[in-house]
Amino acid sequence: MIQTENLHKHYGAVHALDGLNMTVETGTVFGFLGPNGSGKTTTLRILTGLARPTSGRASVAGLDLASDGRSLSRRIGFLPEEPAFYPWMTPREFLDYLGRLHGLSPLERSARTKELLELVNLVEAGKRRIGGFSKGMRQRLGMAAALVHRPEVLLLDEPVSALDPVGRKEVLELIETLGGQCTVLMSSHILADVERVCSVVGIIAKGRMIVQSPREALMERYAQPVFEAEAADKPSARRWADTLRVQPWAAAVSVTGDVLRVTVKDIALARRELLASAVAQQVVLRRYEETRPSLEDVFMQLVDKEAAQ
Amino acid sequence: MTFLIVLRKELTEHWRTKRFLIVAAVMTVFGLTSPLLAKFTPELLKTIPNVPAAVAALIPTPSVADAVAQYVKNMGQFGVLLALLMTMGVVAQEKERGTAAMMLTHPVSRLTFLLAKFMALGIMFAVSLAIAAVGCWYYTTLLFTALPLGPYLALNGLILVVFLVYISVTLLCSTLARTQGAAAGLAFAALIVIAGIGSLPRIGDYFPGRLFSWGASLALGGTETAWPAFGISLGIIAAALIVAFLVFRRQEV
Repeated sequence: MIQTENLHKHYGAVHALDGLNMTVETGTVFGFLGPNGSGKTTTLRILTGLARPTSGRASVAGLDLASDGRSLSRRIGFLPEEPAFYPWMTPREFLDYLGRLHGLSPLERSARTKELLELVNLVEAGKRRIGGFSKGMRQRLGMAAALVHRPEVLLLDEPVSALDPVGRKEVLELIETLGGQCTVLMSSHILADVERVCSVVGIIAKGRMIVQSPREALMERYAQPVFEAEAADKPSARRWADTLRVQPWAAAVSVTGDVLRVTVKDIALARRELLASAVAQQVVLRRYEETRPSLEDVFMQLVDKEAAQ
Repeated sequence: MTFLIVLRKELTEHWRTKRFLIVAAVMTVFGLTSPLLAKFTPELLKTIPNVPAAVAALIPTPSVADAVAQYVKNMGQFGVLLALLMTMGVVAQEKERGTAAMMLTHPVSRLTFLLAKFMALGIMFAVSLAIAAVGCWYYTTLLFTALPLGPYLALNGLILVVFLVYISVTLLCSTLARTQGAAAGLAFAALIVIAGIGSLPRIGDYFPGRLFSWGASLALGGTETAWPAFGISLGIIAAALIVAFLVFRRQEV
Protein backbone atom coordinates (compact mmCIF):
# COMPACT_ATOMS: atom_id res chain seq x y z
CA MET A 1 0.00 0.00 0.00
CA ILE A 2 1.13 3.52 -0.72
CA GLN A 3 -0.16 6.49 1.21
CA THR A 4 0.65 10.18 1.26
CA GLU A 5 -0.85 12.66 3.70
CA ASN A 6 -0.74 16.38 3.05
CA LEU A 7 2.57 16.04 1.22
CA HIS A 8 4.31 19.31 0.37
CA LYS A 9 7.49 19.83 -1.61
CA HIS A 10 8.82 23.31 -2.23
CA TYR A 11 11.75 24.25 -4.45
CA GLY A 12 12.24 27.86 -3.43
CA ALA A 13 9.06 29.65 -4.44
CA VAL A 14 7.85 26.74 -6.56
CA HIS A 15 5.37 24.45 -4.84
CA ALA A 16 5.89 21.18 -6.69
CA LEU A 17 3.55 19.39 -4.28
CA ASP A 18 0.89 21.29 -2.44
CA GLY A 19 -0.77 18.98 0.06
CA LEU A 20 -0.93 15.76 -1.93
CA ASN A 21 -3.18 13.07 -0.48
CA MET A 22 -3.13 9.72 -2.19
CA THR A 23 -3.94 6.12 -1.27
CA VAL A 24 -2.96 3.19 -3.45
CA GLU A 25 -4.39 -0.10 -2.23
CA THR A 26 -2.30 -3.27 -2.23
CA GLY A 27 -2.40 -5.18 -5.52
CA THR A 28 -3.82 -2.39 -7.65
CA VAL A 29 -2.34 -0.93 -10.80
CA PHE A 30 -2.68 2.79 -10.15
CA GLY A 31 -2.52 5.23 -13.05
CA PHE A 32 -1.00 8.52 -11.93
CA LEU A 33 -2.00 11.20 -14.40
CA GLY A 34 -1.26 14.86 -14.65
CA PRO A 35 -0.06 17.57 -17.01
CA ASN A 36 3.66 18.34 -17.29
CA GLY A 37 4.97 19.94 -14.10
CA SER A 38 2.01 18.80 -12.02
CA GLY A 39 4.23 16.94 -9.50
CA LYS A 40 4.14 13.31 -10.70
CA THR A 41 7.93 12.79 -10.83
CA THR A 42 8.44 14.69 -7.57
CA THR A 43 5.94 12.36 -5.88
CA LEU A 44 7.72 9.29 -7.21
CA ARG A 45 11.12 10.64 -6.14
CA ILE A 46 9.80 11.19 -2.62
CA LEU A 47 8.26 7.71 -2.53
CA THR A 48 11.61 6.16 -3.52
CA GLY A 49 13.55 8.16 -0.92
CA LEU A 50 15.53 10.11 -3.52
CA ALA A 51 13.90 13.39 -2.42
CA ARG A 52 12.52 14.52 0.91
CA PRO A 53 9.18 16.20 1.40
CA THR A 54 9.11 19.73 2.82
CA SER A 55 6.27 18.56 5.06
CA GLY A 56 3.65 15.84 5.25
CA ARG A 57 3.88 12.08 5.57
CA ALA A 58 4.34 9.25 3.13
CA SER A 59 4.46 5.50 3.56
CA VAL A 60 5.21 2.71 1.10
CA ALA A 61 4.64 -1.01 1.76
CA GLY A 62 3.85 -0.19 5.37
CA LEU A 63 7.12 1.69 5.89
CA ASP A 64 7.01 5.29 7.02
CA LEU A 65 9.53 7.08 4.81
CA ALA A 66 10.60 9.43 7.58
CA SER A 67 11.54 6.67 10.04
CA ASP A 68 11.92 3.38 8.09
CA GLY A 69 13.31 4.70 4.83
CA ARG A 70 16.48 2.58 5.01
CA SER A 71 14.71 -0.73 4.45
CA LEU A 72 12.58 0.73 1.66
CA SER A 73 14.91 -0.26 -1.17
CA ARG A 74 14.38 -3.98 -0.53
CA ARG A 75 10.61 -3.59 -0.87
CA ILE A 76 10.28 -1.33 -3.91
CA GLY A 77 11.25 -1.40 -7.56
CA PHE A 78 11.69 1.91 -9.36
CA LEU A 79 11.86 2.71 -13.05
CA PRO A 80 12.77 6.37 -13.65
CA GLU A 81 11.61 8.11 -16.79
CA GLU A 82 15.12 7.96 -18.25
CA PRO A 83 16.82 5.00 -16.59
CA ALA A 84 20.61 5.31 -16.40
CA PHE A 85 23.15 2.50 -16.34
CA TYR A 86 26.89 1.93 -16.29
CA PRO A 87 27.72 1.97 -20.01
CA TRP A 88 30.61 -0.49 -19.65
CA MET A 89 28.36 -3.20 -18.22
CA THR A 90 26.25 -5.69 -20.16
CA PRO A 91 22.57 -6.21 -19.20
CA ARG A 92 23.47 -9.63 -17.77
CA GLU A 93 26.17 -8.11 -15.59
CA PHE A 94 23.90 -5.29 -14.46
CA LEU A 95 21.04 -7.58 -13.46
CA ASP A 96 23.50 -9.94 -11.76
CA TYR A 97 24.98 -6.98 -9.85
CA LEU A 98 21.51 -5.93 -8.65
CA GLY A 99 20.76 -9.55 -7.73
CA ARG A 100 23.90 -9.63 -5.58
CA LEU A 101 22.86 -6.39 -3.86
CA HIS A 102 19.47 -7.90 -3.08
CA GLY A 103 21.10 -11.01 -1.61
CA LEU A 104 20.10 -13.52 -4.31
CA SER A 105 22.15 -16.72 -4.49
CA PRO A 106 24.24 -17.39 -7.66
CA LEU A 107 21.64 -19.89 -8.92
CA GLU A 108 18.76 -17.51 -8.27
CA ARG A 109 20.65 -14.66 -9.97
CA SER A 110 21.39 -16.71 -13.04
CA ALA A 111 17.78 -17.90 -13.37
CA ARG A 112 16.29 -14.47 -12.62
CA THR A 113 18.59 -12.71 -15.11
CA LYS A 114 17.63 -15.17 -17.85
CA GLU A 115 13.93 -14.88 -17.00
CA LEU A 116 13.97 -11.07 -16.96
CA LEU A 117 15.95 -10.72 -20.19
CA GLU A 118 13.36 -12.93 -21.87
CA LEU A 119 10.54 -10.96 -20.29
CA VAL A 120 11.79 -7.61 -21.65
CA ASN A 121 12.99 -9.08 -24.93
CA LEU A 122 16.68 -8.38 -24.46
CA VAL A 123 18.09 -11.92 -24.68
CA GLU A 124 20.02 -11.24 -27.88
CA ALA A 125 21.47 -8.02 -26.48
CA GLY A 126 22.30 -9.67 -23.16
CA LYS A 127 26.04 -9.68 -23.80
CA ARG A 128 26.28 -6.27 -25.48
CA ARG A 129 27.54 -3.20 -23.66
CA ILE A 130 24.66 -1.04 -22.37
CA GLY A 131 26.51 2.04 -23.67
CA GLY A 132 25.32 1.22 -27.20
CA PHE A 133 21.67 0.70 -26.27
CA SER A 134 18.78 2.74 -27.70
CA LYS A 135 16.43 4.65 -25.42
CA GLY A 136 13.79 1.94 -25.77
CA MET A 137 16.25 -0.83 -24.88
CA ARG A 138 17.32 1.13 -21.81
CA GLN A 139 13.70 1.52 -20.75
CA ARG A 140 13.12 -2.21 -21.10
CA LEU A 141 16.31 -2.96 -19.14
CA GLY A 142 15.15 -0.46 -16.51
CA MET A 143 11.92 -2.42 -16.21
CA ALA A 144 13.89 -5.65 -15.71
CA ALA A 145 16.12 -3.91 -13.13
CA ALA A 146 13.08 -2.77 -11.17
CA LEU A 147 11.77 -6.36 -11.04
CA VAL A 148 14.99 -8.24 -10.09
CA HIS A 149 14.02 -8.75 -6.44
CA ARG A 150 10.28 -9.25 -6.98
CA PRO A 151 9.32 -6.03 -5.18
CA GLU A 152 6.07 -5.55 -3.29
CA VAL A 153 5.64 -2.09 -4.77
CA LEU A 154 6.60 -1.03 -8.26
CA LEU A 155 6.97 2.68 -9.02
CA LEU A 156 7.07 3.44 -12.73
CA ASP A 157 7.70 6.91 -14.13
CA GLU A 158 6.47 7.04 -17.73
CA PRO A 159 7.41 3.37 -18.29
CA VAL A 160 6.59 3.20 -22.00
CA SER A 161 7.42 6.72 -23.18
CA ALA A 162 10.50 5.65 -25.18
CA LEU A 163 9.14 2.41 -26.60
CA ASP A 164 7.98 1.60 -30.11
CA PRO A 165 4.37 0.34 -30.50
CA VAL A 166 5.37 -3.33 -30.19
CA GLY A 167 7.58 -2.72 -27.14
CA ARG A 168 4.85 -0.58 -25.59
CA LYS A 169 2.27 -3.30 -26.03
CA GLU A 170 4.57 -5.89 -24.46
CA VAL A 171 5.47 -3.75 -21.46
CA LEU A 172 1.84 -2.75 -20.89
CA GLU A 173 0.83 -6.40 -20.96
CA LEU A 174 3.59 -7.10 -18.44
CA ILE A 175 2.34 -4.31 -16.14
CA GLU A 176 -1.18 -5.66 -16.46
CA THR A 177 -0.03 -9.12 -15.36
CA LEU A 178 1.82 -7.63 -12.38
CA GLY A 179 -1.45 -6.33 -10.96
CA GLY A 180 -2.41 -8.63 -8.11
CA GLN A 181 1.20 -9.80 -7.65
CA CYS A 182 2.40 -6.40 -6.50
CA THR A 183 1.19 -2.83 -6.13
CA VAL A 184 1.97 -0.73 -9.19
CA LEU A 185 2.02 3.07 -9.30
CA MET A 186 2.48 4.17 -12.89
CA SER A 187 2.76 7.76 -14.01
CA SER A 188 2.02 8.45 -17.62
CA HIS A 189 0.89 11.14 -19.98
CA ILE A 190 -0.34 8.55 -22.49
CA LEU A 191 -3.93 8.30 -21.33
CA ALA A 192 -4.85 5.40 -23.58
CA ASP A 193 -2.16 3.31 -21.86
CA VAL A 194 -3.47 4.16 -18.42
CA GLU A 195 -7.02 3.44 -19.54
CA ARG A 196 -5.85 0.06 -20.77
CA VAL A 197 -3.95 -1.28 -17.76
CA CYS A 198 -4.87 0.70 -14.66
CA SER A 199 -7.73 -0.29 -12.39
CA VAL A 200 -7.54 2.92 -10.35
CA VAL A 201 -6.75 6.40 -11.61
CA GLY A 202 -5.51 9.48 -9.78
CA ILE A 203 -5.31 12.85 -11.48
CA ILE A 204 -2.87 15.41 -10.09
CA ALA A 205 -2.73 19.09 -11.01
CA LYS A 206 -0.66 21.87 -9.45
CA GLY A 207 0.70 19.42 -6.84
CA ARG A 208 -2.75 18.38 -5.57
CA MET A 209 -4.78 15.25 -6.22
CA ILE A 210 -7.94 16.50 -7.88
CA VAL A 211 -9.59 13.12 -8.18
CA GLN A 212 -8.80 9.53 -7.29
CA SER A 213 -11.19 6.74 -8.15
CA PRO A 214 -11.53 3.30 -9.72
CA ARG A 215 -11.35 3.85 -13.48
CA GLU A 216 -14.89 2.72 -14.29
CA ALA A 217 -16.39 4.80 -11.46
CA LEU A 218 -14.45 7.80 -12.67
CA MET A 219 -15.75 7.38 -16.18
CA GLU A 220 -19.31 6.98 -14.95
CA ARG A 221 -19.07 9.99 -12.69
CA TYR A 222 -17.30 12.45 -14.91
CA ALA A 223 -17.58 11.26 -18.48
CA GLN A 224 -20.02 13.31 -20.53
CA PRO A 225 -21.38 12.05 -23.83
CA VAL A 226 -19.20 12.73 -26.83
CA PHE A 227 -20.02 13.07 -30.52
CA GLU A 228 -17.36 12.82 -33.17
CA ALA A 229 -17.80 14.06 -36.72
CA GLU A 230 -15.47 14.25 -39.70
CA ALA A 231 -16.09 17.14 -42.07
CA ALA A 232 -15.21 17.11 -45.77
CA ASP A 233 -12.69 19.93 -45.30
CA LYS A 234 -10.91 21.81 -42.53
CA PRO A 235 -12.43 25.31 -43.06
CA SER A 236 -15.96 24.00 -42.76
CA ALA A 237 -14.97 21.95 -39.67
CA ARG A 238 -13.62 25.09 -38.01
CA ARG A 239 -16.64 27.18 -39.04
CA TRP A 240 -19.01 24.55 -37.64
CA ALA A 241 -16.98 24.29 -34.39
CA ASP A 242 -17.32 28.07 -33.87
CA THR A 243 -21.11 27.86 -34.10
CA LEU A 244 -21.24 24.84 -31.76
CA ARG A 245 -19.14 26.46 -29.03
CA VAL A 246 -21.89 28.96 -28.23
CA GLN A 247 -24.57 26.30 -27.88
CA PRO A 248 -25.76 25.87 -24.27
CA TRP A 249 -25.80 22.04 -24.56
CA ALA A 250 -22.14 21.83 -25.72
CA ALA A 251 -19.61 21.44 -22.90
CA ALA A 252 -16.45 21.40 -25.03
CA VAL A 253 -15.63 21.43 -28.73
CA SER A 254 -12.22 20.47 -30.09
CA VAL A 255 -11.05 20.35 -33.70
CA THR A 256 -8.16 18.21 -34.92
CA GLY A 257 -7.73 18.64 -38.67
CA ASP A 258 -11.18 18.06 -40.09
CA VAL A 259 -12.42 16.03 -37.11
CA LEU A 260 -14.67 17.62 -34.47
CA ARG A 261 -15.10 16.19 -31.01
CA VAL A 262 -18.07 17.61 -29.15
CA THR A 263 -18.64 16.89 -25.45
CA VAL A 264 -22.26 17.57 -24.56
CA LYS A 265 -24.20 18.29 -21.39
CA ASP A 266 -27.63 17.27 -22.66
CA ILE A 267 -27.45 14.25 -24.94
CA ALA A 268 -31.10 14.32 -26.04
CA LEU A 269 -30.86 17.95 -27.09
CA ALA A 270 -27.53 17.35 -28.77
CA ARG A 271 -28.91 14.43 -30.79
CA ARG A 272 -31.62 16.72 -32.13
CA GLU A 273 -29.57 19.84 -32.76
CA LEU A 274 -26.11 18.69 -33.80
CA LEU A 275 -26.98 17.41 -37.26
CA ALA A 276 -29.40 20.28 -37.81
CA SER A 277 -26.56 22.65 -37.08
CA ALA A 278 -24.34 20.88 -39.63
CA VAL A 279 -27.05 21.25 -42.26
CA ALA A 280 -27.54 24.93 -41.39
CA GLN A 281 -23.78 25.55 -41.78
CA GLN A 282 -23.73 23.54 -45.03
CA VAL A 283 -21.07 21.21 -43.67
CA VAL A 284 -20.64 18.03 -45.67
CA LEU A 285 -19.99 15.13 -43.28
CA ARG A 286 -17.93 12.02 -44.03
CA ARG A 287 -18.55 10.44 -40.65
CA TYR A 288 -20.79 11.12 -37.65
CA GLU A 289 -21.01 9.04 -34.48
CA GLU A 290 -21.88 9.06 -30.83
CA THR A 291 -18.76 7.68 -29.13
CA ARG A 292 -17.80 6.31 -25.76
CA PRO A 293 -16.07 9.02 -23.76
CA SER A 294 -12.39 8.27 -23.15
CA LEU A 295 -10.24 8.82 -20.10
CA GLU A 296 -8.66 11.64 -22.07
CA ASP A 297 -12.03 13.45 -22.18
CA VAL A 298 -12.38 13.10 -18.41
CA PHE A 299 -8.78 14.16 -17.86
CA MET A 300 -9.13 17.25 -20.04
CA GLN A 301 -12.38 18.19 -18.37
CA LEU A 302 -10.98 17.88 -14.83
CA VAL A 303 -7.63 19.52 -15.56
CA ASP A 304 -9.28 22.42 -17.42
CA LYS A 305 -11.65 22.90 -14.51
CA GLU A 306 -8.74 22.93 -12.06
CA ALA A 307 -6.80 25.39 -14.22
CA ALA A 308 -9.81 27.70 -14.37
CA GLN A 309 -10.07 27.84 -10.56
CA MET B 1 28.84 -7.71 2.34
CA THR B 2 27.11 -4.98 0.30
CA PHE B 3 30.27 -2.90 0.63
CA LEU B 4 32.36 -5.64 -0.95
CA ILE B 5 29.87 -6.05 -3.80
CA VAL B 6 29.94 -2.32 -4.55
CA LEU B 7 33.75 -2.18 -4.13
CA ARG B 8 34.12 -5.02 -6.61
CA LYS B 9 31.91 -3.14 -9.08
CA GLU B 10 34.00 0.04 -8.61
CA LEU B 11 37.26 -1.83 -9.20
CA THR B 12 35.81 -3.54 -12.28
CA GLU B 13 34.73 -0.13 -13.56
CA HIS B 14 38.26 1.27 -13.15
CA TRP B 15 39.61 -1.75 -14.99
CA ARG B 16 37.09 -1.83 -17.85
CA THR B 17 37.15 1.91 -18.47
CA LYS B 18 40.98 1.73 -18.70
CA ARG B 19 41.43 4.14 -15.79
CA PHE B 20 43.52 1.56 -13.97
CA LEU B 21 45.71 1.13 -17.02
CA ILE B 22 46.16 4.89 -17.48
CA VAL B 23 47.09 5.53 -13.85
CA ALA B 24 49.42 2.52 -13.68
CA ALA B 25 51.06 3.37 -17.02
CA VAL B 26 51.64 7.06 -16.24
CA MET B 27 52.98 6.36 -12.77
CA THR B 28 55.19 3.50 -13.97
CA VAL B 29 56.69 5.71 -16.69
CA PHE B 30 57.55 8.34 -14.10
CA GLY B 31 58.79 5.68 -11.68
CA LEU B 32 61.10 4.19 -14.27
CA THR B 33 62.35 7.44 -15.73
CA SER B 34 63.07 9.21 -12.43
CA PRO B 35 66.47 7.47 -11.79
CA LEU B 36 67.20 7.52 -15.53
CA LEU B 37 66.70 11.29 -15.71
CA ALA B 38 68.70 11.79 -12.53
CA LYS B 39 71.55 9.77 -13.96
CA PHE B 40 71.67 10.96 -17.54
CA THR B 41 70.52 14.60 -17.43
CA PRO B 42 73.90 15.87 -16.14
CA GLU B 43 75.74 13.67 -18.63
CA LEU B 44 73.54 14.93 -21.47
CA LEU B 45 74.30 18.52 -20.41
CA LYS B 46 78.01 17.79 -20.50
CA THR B 47 77.79 16.50 -24.08
CA ILE B 48 76.36 19.80 -25.38
CA PRO B 49 79.07 21.28 -27.64
CA ASN B 50 80.89 24.41 -26.53
CA VAL B 51 79.82 24.23 -22.88
CA PRO B 52 82.36 26.39 -21.04
CA ALA B 53 84.58 24.39 -18.71
CA ALA B 54 83.51 26.51 -15.75
CA VAL B 55 79.84 25.71 -16.40
CA ALA B 56 80.59 22.01 -16.95
CA ALA B 57 82.37 21.94 -13.61
CA LEU B 58 79.20 23.26 -11.95
CA ILE B 59 77.11 20.31 -13.19
CA PRO B 60 76.98 17.98 -10.19
CA THR B 61 77.81 14.31 -10.30
CA PRO B 62 74.49 12.43 -10.16
CA SER B 63 73.73 10.56 -6.95
CA VAL B 64 71.06 8.35 -5.45
CA ALA B 65 69.65 11.45 -3.73
CA ASP B 66 68.91 12.95 -7.16
CA ALA B 67 67.06 9.79 -8.17
CA VAL B 68 64.90 9.91 -5.04
CA ALA B 69 64.31 13.66 -5.40
CA GLN B 70 63.26 13.21 -9.03
CA TYR B 71 60.90 10.35 -8.05
CA VAL B 72 59.30 12.37 -5.25
CA LYS B 73 58.93 15.41 -7.52
CA ASN B 74 57.30 13.39 -10.31
CA MET B 75 54.87 11.66 -7.95
CA GLY B 76 54.09 14.96 -6.24
CA GLN B 77 53.15 16.55 -9.56
CA PHE B 78 51.78 13.87 -11.87
CA GLY B 79 50.47 11.52 -9.18
CA VAL B 80 48.52 14.31 -7.50
CA LEU B 81 47.21 15.53 -10.86
CA LEU B 82 46.07 11.99 -11.69
CA ALA B 83 44.38 11.73 -8.28
CA LEU B 84 42.37 14.84 -9.10
CA LEU B 85 41.50 13.82 -12.64
CA MET B 86 40.43 10.31 -11.70
CA THR B 87 38.34 11.40 -8.70
CA MET B 88 36.61 14.62 -9.71
CA GLY B 89 33.81 12.94 -11.67
CA VAL B 90 33.14 9.86 -9.57
CA VAL B 91 30.14 11.21 -7.66
CA ALA B 92 29.18 14.27 -9.74
CA GLN B 93 29.07 12.24 -12.95
CA GLU B 94 26.83 9.60 -11.38
CA LYS B 95 24.47 12.32 -10.14
CA GLU B 96 24.51 14.04 -13.53
CA ARG B 97 24.00 10.82 -15.50
CA GLY B 98 21.31 9.42 -13.19
CA THR B 99 23.13 6.24 -12.15
CA ALA B 100 23.35 7.45 -8.54
CA ALA B 101 19.54 7.75 -8.40
CA MET B 102 19.20 4.35 -10.06
CA MET B 103 21.55 2.64 -7.58
CA LEU B 104 20.31 4.38 -4.44
CA THR B 105 16.84 2.91 -4.95
CA HIS B 106 18.49 -0.51 -4.53
CA PRO B 107 20.09 -1.63 -1.23
CA VAL B 108 23.18 0.59 -1.49
CA SER B 109 23.48 3.03 1.40
CA ARG B 110 24.92 6.45 0.73
CA LEU B 111 27.85 5.67 3.04
CA THR B 112 28.64 2.49 1.10
CA PHE B 113 28.29 4.40 -2.18
CA LEU B 114 30.95 6.94 -1.12
CA LEU B 115 33.30 4.67 0.81
CA ALA B 116 33.46 2.07 -1.96
CA LYS B 117 34.49 4.81 -4.37
CA PHE B 118 37.19 6.07 -2.02
CA MET B 119 38.48 2.57 -1.32
CA ALA B 120 38.56 1.61 -5.01
CA LEU B 121 40.48 4.77 -5.90
CA GLY B 122 42.85 4.11 -3.00
CA ILE B 123 43.48 0.55 -4.20
CA MET B 124 44.02 1.71 -7.79
CA PHE B 125 46.57 4.32 -6.72
CA ALA B 126 48.27 1.95 -4.24
CA VAL B 127 48.73 -0.76 -6.87
CA SER B 128 49.91 1.76 -9.51
CA LEU B 129 52.31 3.33 -7.03
CA ALA B 130 53.65 -0.12 -6.09
CA ILE B 131 54.43 -0.88 -9.75
CA ALA B 132 56.05 2.55 -10.18
CA ALA B 133 58.05 2.07 -6.97
CA VAL B 134 59.38 -1.31 -8.11
CA GLY B 135 60.49 0.26 -11.43
CA CYS B 136 62.15 3.17 -9.68
CA TRP B 137 63.91 0.90 -7.16
CA TYR B 138 65.19 -1.38 -9.93
CA TYR B 139 66.76 1.42 -11.99
CA THR B 140 68.06 3.24 -8.91
CA THR B 141 69.80 0.02 -7.83
CA LEU B 142 71.12 -0.52 -11.35
CA LEU B 143 72.39 3.02 -11.88
CA PHE B 144 73.32 4.06 -8.33
CA THR B 145 73.09 1.96 -5.19
CA ALA B 146 70.32 -0.16 -3.69
CA LEU B 147 67.92 1.82 -1.53
CA PRO B 148 67.21 0.20 1.86
CA LEU B 149 63.84 -1.52 1.50
CA GLY B 150 62.19 -0.51 4.76
CA PRO B 151 62.71 3.25 4.44
CA TYR B 152 61.88 3.05 0.71
CA LEU B 153 58.55 1.40 1.58
CA ALA B 154 57.96 4.15 4.13
CA LEU B 155 58.60 6.79 1.43
CA ASN B 156 55.99 5.18 -0.81
CA GLY B 157 53.57 4.82 2.08
CA LEU B 158 53.85 8.56 2.71
CA ILE B 159 53.37 9.33 -1.00
CA LEU B 160 50.21 7.19 -0.88
CA VAL B 161 48.94 9.16 2.13
CA VAL B 162 49.33 12.40 0.13
CA PHE B 163 47.45 10.81 -2.79
CA LEU B 164 44.67 9.79 -0.38
CA VAL B 165 44.46 13.38 0.90
CA TYR B 166 43.84 14.65 -2.62
CA ILE B 167 41.49 11.78 -3.46
CA SER B 168 39.36 12.41 -0.36
CA VAL B 169 39.26 16.19 -0.85
CA THR B 170 38.38 15.76 -4.55
CA LEU B 171 35.71 13.21 -3.60
CA LEU B 172 34.22 15.84 -1.30
CA CYS B 173 34.27 18.39 -4.16
CA SER B 174 32.61 15.83 -6.43
CA THR B 175 29.92 15.25 -3.80
CA LEU B 176 29.31 18.96 -3.31
CA ALA B 177 29.05 19.70 -7.04
CA ARG B 178 26.08 18.93 -9.24
CA THR B 179 28.11 18.58 -12.43
CA GLN B 180 31.51 17.25 -13.40
CA GLY B 181 32.64 20.69 -14.56
CA ALA B 182 31.82 22.26 -11.21
CA ALA B 183 33.54 19.36 -9.42
CA ALA B 184 36.68 19.92 -11.52
CA GLY B 185 36.69 23.64 -10.68
CA LEU B 186 36.27 22.98 -6.97
CA ALA B 187 38.94 20.26 -6.95
CA PHE B 188 41.53 22.46 -8.67
CA ALA B 189 40.72 25.30 -6.29
CA ALA B 190 41.25 22.90 -3.37
CA LEU B 191 44.56 21.75 -4.87
CA ILE B 192 45.75 25.35 -5.20
CA VAL B 193 44.71 26.15 -1.61
CA ILE B 194 46.39 23.05 -0.10
CA ALA B 195 49.55 23.43 -2.18
CA GLY B 196 49.62 27.21 -1.63
CA ILE B 197 49.32 27.01 2.15
CA GLY B 198 51.74 24.06 2.16
CA SER B 199 54.41 26.18 0.51
CA LEU B 200 54.31 28.84 3.26
CA PRO B 201 57.25 28.78 5.67
CA ARG B 202 56.56 27.05 9.01
CA ILE B 203 52.83 26.54 8.28
CA GLY B 204 53.87 24.24 5.42
CA ASP B 205 55.51 21.90 7.92
CA TYR B 206 52.04 20.86 9.02
CA PHE B 207 50.66 20.25 5.54
CA PRO B 208 50.58 17.04 3.44
CA GLY B 209 53.32 18.25 1.06
CA ARG B 210 55.78 17.97 3.93
CA LEU B 211 55.38 14.18 3.79
CA PHE B 212 57.29 14.11 0.49
CA SER B 213 60.44 15.60 2.01
CA TRP B 214 60.09 13.40 5.10
CA GLY B 215 59.79 10.29 2.89
CA ALA B 216 62.79 11.33 0.76
CA SER B 217 64.87 11.91 3.86
CA LEU B 218 63.87 8.50 5.26
CA ALA B 219 64.77 6.70 2.03
CA LEU B 220 68.21 8.33 2.09
CA GLY B 221 68.90 7.39 5.70
CA GLY B 222 67.89 10.74 7.24
CA THR B 223 66.39 11.01 10.70
CA GLU B 224 63.98 13.96 10.33
CA THR B 225 60.32 13.38 11.04
CA ALA B 226 57.06 15.17 10.23
CA TRP B 227 54.51 13.49 12.43
CA PRO B 228 52.30 16.60 12.74
CA ALA B 229 51.96 16.73 8.94
CA PHE B 230 51.18 12.99 8.94
CA GLY B 231 48.49 13.42 11.60
CA ILE B 232 47.00 16.43 9.84
CA SER B 233 46.95 14.52 6.53
CA LEU B 234 45.02 11.66 8.13
CA GLY B 235 42.75 14.26 9.71
CA ILE B 236 42.07 15.87 6.33
CA ILE B 237 41.23 12.47 4.84
CA ALA B 238 38.82 11.62 7.68
CA ALA B 239 37.25 15.11 7.71
CA ALA B 240 36.77 15.17 3.93
CA LEU B 241 35.07 11.76 3.99
CA ILE B 242 32.84 12.63 6.93
CA VAL B 243 31.76 15.95 5.40
CA ALA B 244 31.18 14.25 2.04
CA PHE B 245 28.94 11.70 3.75
CA LEU B 246 27.02 14.32 5.73
CA VAL B 247 26.44 16.36 2.56
CA PHE B 248 25.52 13.34 0.45
CA ARG B 249 23.15 12.01 3.11
CA ARG B 250 21.04 15.18 2.85
CA GLN B 251 21.42 15.61 -0.89
CA GLU B 252 18.58 14.93 -3.33
CA VAL B 253 20.00 13.02 -6.27
